[in-house]
Amino acid sequence: MSRLTEYQVIGRHLPSEANPTPKLYRMRIFAPNTVVAKSRFWYFLMKLRKVKKANGEIVSLNVIHEKRPLKVKNFGIWIRYDSRSGTHNMYKEYREMSRTDAVEAMYQDMAARHRSRFRSIHILKVVELEKGDDVKRPYIKQLLTKNLKFPLPHRVSKAAGTKLFAESRPSTFY
Amino acid sequence: MGDAEITASSWRLVEVGRIVLISKGPSEGKLATIVEIIDHKRALVDGPSTDTKTACPRQAVALQNVILTPLVLEKLPRGARTGVVKAQWEKAGIEAKWQESSWAKKRQQRERRRALTDFDRFKVMRLKKQARFEIRKSLSKVKAAK
Repeated sequence: MSRLTEYQVIGRHLPSEANPTPKLYRMRIFAPNTVVAKSRFWYFLMKLRKVKKANGEIVSLNVIHEKRPLKVKNFGIWIRYDSRSGTHNMYKEYREMSRTDAVEAMYQDMAARHRSRFRSIHILKVVELEKGDDVKRPYIKQLLTKNLKFPLPHRVSKAAGTKLFAESRPSTFY
Repeated sequence: MGDAEITASSWRLVEVGRIVLISKGPSEGKLATIVEIIDHKRALVDGPSTDTKTACPRQAVALQNVILTPLVLEKLPRGARTGVVKAQWEKAGIEAKWQESSWAKKRQQRERRRALTDFDRFKVMRLKKQARFEIRKSLSKVKAAK
């Protein structure tokens, strides 16, 4: 169960006598629920056009589902991120099964590396990298090598039914 | 200088085609093969077994929740779909190989023992006692004959 969902939000300025058919604006928004999705839509639209919630309306809102959720894909994500000292643009890559998973991983990654919050990140673009050559970052490139294989040399195997306290030291050799 | 004998380590590797036993989560105890490595901590697995007890739906699992088995599907292409995986699975006879392994037998035995009732355990104790008695009887006979 994923935390975020991808929504398609379409909205417009309220129709007036001067303009009975205002232009429609469509956004793909990653949000935990529809309320946040609509809120983020107005937040971004206010930055881009002279439309706000008071003088606009949401025309439609629906969920975008992953087309192939059982395929491993590489995603490139462009973000704009407000740090404590300034604003930065960033490009990051993730290897996940869906767009929402990639975006979630990005938020976790940004929180870990830069202590950034949801509110300080704008997602500019999420693109699936279909060709291996399009992958730029070495941390994803290394996973695309041919005949990739590696051992799991050191780990504590937690078999079912093991107790909290043991009389003998666990074997980490695997 | 003494000759140092260098042998390659025989780790079980995380690789495409490796058969794994899922040790945690909803598909615990199911058998699956690695179809694609997602990253150093996760893999996409698929268990197209015909036996519902070991069949595992295609899913991403953390390698933490997986035990690697010595079985490998050789020549499984990366990111193969269920049809291909199933064909190779049956061709290699993974199901039979797994059931024959002492690991699977131990698991089965443990499961059976866990399902026993108190009366069943009592019956096992009685039978064991009887067997022991017979063995001792024949042993003393042999000793007396000498």
